[in-house]
Amino acid sequence: MNTHANSSKLIPGATGEWEVVIGLEIHAQVTSHSKLFSGASTEFGGAPNSHVSLVDAAMPGMLPVINEECVRQAIRTGLALKAQINHRSVFDRKNYFYPDLPQGYQISQYKHPIVGEGVVLVDLSPTEQIKVGIERLHLEQDAGKSLHDLGANDSHVDLNRSGVALMEIVSKPDMRSADEAKAYVTKLRTILRYVGTCDGNMEQGSLRADVNVSVRKPGAPFGTRCEIKNVNSIRFIGQAIDVEARRQIGILEDGGTIDQETRLYDPNKGETRSMRSKEEAHDYRYFPDPDLLPLEFDQAYVDELAQHLPELPDEKKARFISQYGLSPYDAGVLVLERASADYFEAAAKGRDAKLVANWVINELFGRLNKEGKSVEASPVSAAQIGGIVDLIASNVISGKLAKDLFEIVWLEGGDPAQIVEARGMKQVTDTGAIEAAVDEIIVRNPDKVEQAKAKPTMLGWFVGQVMKATGGKANPQAVNDLLKAKLGL
Amino acid sequence: MSDLTRLTLAEARDGLSARKFSAVELNQSFIDAVARANSLNVYLVETPEKALAQAKASDERIARGEAGPLEGIPLGVKDLYATEGVQTTAASHILEGFIPQYESTVTANLWRDGATMLGKLNLDEFAMGSSNETSYFGPAISPWRRQGADGKVSDAKIVPGGSSGGSAAAVAARLCLGATATDTGGSIRQPAAFTGTVGIKPTYGRCSRFGIVAFASSLDQAGPIARTVRDTAILLRSMAGHDPKDTTSVDAPVPDYEKSVGASVKGKVIGIPKEYRLDGLSAEIAALWDRGVEWLKAAGAEIREISLPHTRHALPAYYIVAPAEASSNLARYDGVRYGLRKTGKDIVDLYELTRAEGFGKEVRRRIMIGTYVLSAGYYDAYYLRAQKIRTLIKRDFDLAYQAGVDAILTPATPSPAFALGEKGSADPVEMYLNDVFTVTVNMAGLPGLVVPGGLSSDGLPLGLQLIGRPFEEETLFALGQAIEEAAPKIGLPEAWWA
Repeated sequence: MNTHANSSKLIPGATGEWEVVIGLEIHAQVTSHSKLFSGASTEFGGAPNSHVSLVDAAMPGMLPVINEECVRQAIRTGLALKAQINHRSVFDRKNYFYPDLPQGYQISQYKHPIVGEGVVLVDLSPTEQIKVGIERLHLEQDAGKSLHDLGANDSHVDLNRSGVALMEIVSKPDMRSADEAKAYVTKLRTILRYVGTCDGNMEQGSLRADVNVSVRKPGAPFGTRCEIKNVNSIRFIGQAIDVEARRQIGILEDGGTIDQETRLYDPNKGETRSMRSKEEAHDYRYFPDPDLLPLEFDQAYVDELAQHLPELPDEKKARFISQYGLSPYDAGVLVLERASADYFEAAAKGRDAKLVANWVINELFGRLNKEGKSVEASPVSAAQIGGIVDLIASNVISGKLAKDLFEIVWLEGGDPAQIVEARGMKQVTDTGAIEAAVDEIIVRNPDKVEQAKAKPTMLGWFVGQVMKATGGKANPQAVNDLLKAKLGL
Repeated sequence: MSDLTRLTLAEARDGLSARKFSAVELNQSFIDAVARANSLNVYLVETPEKALAQAKASDERIARGEAGPLEGIPLGVKDLYATEGVQTTAASHILEGFIPQYESTVTANLWRDGATMLGKLNLDEFAMGSSNETSYFGPAISPWRRQGADGKVSDAKIVPGGSSGGSAAAVAARLCLGATATDTGGSIRQPAAFTGTVGIKPTYGRCSRFGIVAFASSLDQAGPIARTVRDTAILLRSMAGHDPKDTTSVDAPVPDYEKSVGASVKGKVIGIPKEYRLDGLSAEIAALWDRGVEWLKAAGAEIREISLPHTRHALPAYYIVAPAEASSNLARYDGVRYGLRKTGKDIVDLYELTRAEGFGKEVRRRIMIGTYVLSAGYYDAYYLRAQKIRTLIKRDFDLAYQAGVDAILTPATPSPAFALGEKGSADPVEMYLNDVFTVTVNMAGLPGLVVPGGLSSDGLPLGLQLIGRPFEEETLFALGQAIEEAAPKIGLPEAWWA
């Protein structure tokens, strides 16, 4: 399992090295058209209180009715996490008062979640992988939003999110560094996006994390943990862990003890602050929701969903390595997003896959990142990048010209082969024409010829001159060979 | 024209279809009677214009030969049912003035079948009570009065029972032909017994709970109160049915219950549970029970003594489960979105002020009991154990039914109705004991029918309860009819209030 003895992950302290222990509770908004127990829309960004049904507003006598699509999404996620699917689960009420919680309770799953134990494989580098255990996944309602800044003396409530389905995915305390935690969230988000059960959009709050952090001396029992609530970016998750671990180590090394409590991370100040102590913790008075029957389905239902599950990132990566001969690193990069992997496969069809992978990863992804575009919004299609690769493979253009061609396609679009034809970008492989150019340059620069004989690196200068003379279209290999022969190098 | 309010629902229906009178005439008779009965405090809201408009439409449908099963029949609605555009309060200050934008499924079913609405009926606040005395709007008064052996009538105001006290009193006082009610621990059956009316709590899941203000969701069930077994059967057929908006409602066809009224009960096996013969059971109630046995025997039923060993645990377990669910169900009344709001210095203050003023004493008591039994450290000792008892109670019934019992006969209440203020003012448990024969039925989710069995020595109605197998309400209607036919006719109370 984990390489937890790995000393590089330990944090040095005054009294020796410390190990940080991390577990994550991820709240992932289920991709569905309507809410978990009502028909109201889940669309993001509606006018306040425009997506609120009578059920969401908890009007007297209203009853929840389970949205089957959310159940299907939870099962599909469970399958993607290689987790146990529980054929019978129970919805409970978690009771507390808050203005953005209209029912006075959240419907959640407490003792009997829909998904049990599973596992996520997390790549830390091309050679280092850890397994993070999944404790459980359960379905629950999101709350609404309280707005305190609209009026001087009053607060407002927006119930658009009230009742939206969330999957709470609880990991085991299997992570030992901020980097591991970040890699785990990244991988989990990749999996959720692959199966289409959560868009993973952290800016819109579709994915939030509660981070449990404790520290201990290596080999010692678990320390007391603190829970950092509602961290909403992967970067902040990493920062919050580092800051909190250092805080706890400081306290312990000063002879203090850690109080189990809920804390908040403030990214502006780079610190965590106490939100409420264990003593102040709510007594949620969980009990089975009598409005809802236990959720039951059979194995055939699960099998049907499993059958239509897309290929998952781990399987895809393995296939890219074996089928296309890609390096684990390239395969890993390509499967990070399903759209990237699909793009690559479309471009690689019938071509040199390694060359295609190079072009997709280096040129395309590089350019997309620079422009902040997603692969779905790429101006260069898989067919176009395939066309460019074809022109390189058949020696029609050089690698250098291909980069120019990519730029043209990116900016102007069009069929790469036609662009090369129309703009005379074809590589000159006719040795006669290249030879003429070589001869002319040798004749005109006798001094340089002498220098080159003493200093063979001068060859580069000659190559440059020939390329210039041929408008960059000469086959560089042919130029090289000819020059070497003529200069006697 | 004779007094149309003296008709039974079935008679009124037949009269309408025979064009002996119009729906407007029928409804007007009831509207007039309701207007004269304010002293009973039965209706919280009267909707005469609505009833007349519906009646007019009914007359048109009758004329076109398109009459529904309840065409033109004026009903009262327990004010726990949400009625679109008509104030719905659960008899609580916290919902005073609340006008829903939606209709409960059960009342929608009634209007679909042609019934008309006279108004909203009084009840115990949030259906918590056994006498209608917890209503924020004052108690509903029973039309019945005590009468001594010398024939002298007492002026003491008698409770109609609860929580559906307004429903039962309205039916008994001829202020509607039938009424919707709800039953969580006996709230249909005890008031029916106290007022000499018929009430059925159907099997859990038979009627939709959508749009009914929730008290204890796993126990609440809608049902009708009417003057006869036949009338009750007619109403239940319209009220019942599957509703996709209530996942606990059951998708099973609704029989024509009226057909089983008058069906033979020959050979039916009737269980007499020995545990219901409580220590200190009054001689009057014991004698009533014995007469019930004789009437069914005479109708051809077979009587068998049975044992329901966990009965004595039912009442305490009920008073854990029901308040637990209520404490959570009533959390939504927080002053934030609708109903009463008392502002304070912050949100917690708003909650506390609103709920302290909005809820009455009994409701507050049950919220506190419920909150307590669900708290960390107490959950296992109270709520979990109560749920285990519930399973055992259900198994008691299952075993009896598996052994061939078709229905069980018990008294409906341990005593006849009492006077206002007579019970429970010092010790709430004294009031809770009213439910001793009825809560087991809710705990087990079974159907229970109450029919009048006669009058007490002081002239008040007494009821018998029949408990059936799940979804076998038809058996109860057949047996109930047999008792109704055999029992002495108790008649209708004189309209002393009008």
